[in-house]
Amino acid sequence: MEGLKIMTKLRKIALSGAIAALITTGIAGPAQAQRDPAYAQARASGQIGEKMDGYLGVVGAETSQLRRLVNDINIKRRAVYAKRAQAANATLEEYALTAGCEAISRTQAGEKYQSPDGSWQTRTSAAPLRDPRCP
Amino acid sequence: MTAEKMTKQRIDAASIDHMGRAGTAMRSSLVGVVMLATTLAAGCINVSAPDDPIVIELNINIRQEVIYRLAEDAASTIDENADIF
Repeated sequence: MEGLKIMTKLRKIALSGAIAALITTGIAGPAQAQRDPAYAQARASGQIGEKMDGYLGVVGAETSQLRRLVNDINIKRRAVYAKRAQAANATLEEYALTAGCEAISRTQAGEKYQSPDGSWQTRTSAAPLRDPRCP
Repeated sequence: MTAEKMTKQRIDAASIDHMGRAGTAMRSSLVGVVMLATTLAAGCINVSAPDDPIVIELNINIRQEVIYRLAEDAASTIDENADIF
């Protein structure tokens, strides 16, 4: 009798877990959209690069179009960083820098990134030059 | 010289003699302490302070610790927001 009760309880827990997982993937689904074509193109051509601080930067000659593109994404990134930093009990700068470490290590060959000395580098197949504090 | 004076003189002499002996004992014990200290020092591990300022190093370590703590979370943030990364 007691065992049966426990089994029913366990089944309920498992079911609620499955529902929670379904909801989570449902929410995460639309967010996992692809990059905007203009952003993808500017990134691939090296007009936009990943900075150490976790934001994008214009690499070469700055046009109003590139500036708007970079600002738009940086504002969105900042909002995401702020939310996650608060949840992780960290500062916005700390979280952004950590994301920068990860974003730079994820750059593809040919893309631009900022090295610890502040200069723009082109990513090769070798590991990128990162802040010594990066994991 | 009176008998009293004679006695005093003898006492003085005796006390000087006693002090002299105590001094010798003290000197020999001092030599013993120095020898012991030398022997102990030879067996000691010498720890010298680092040349770099410790405060700055600590500051870097704290930051790195924070970055390591956030790394996993930041990676999933990038995964979940692929459109802006």
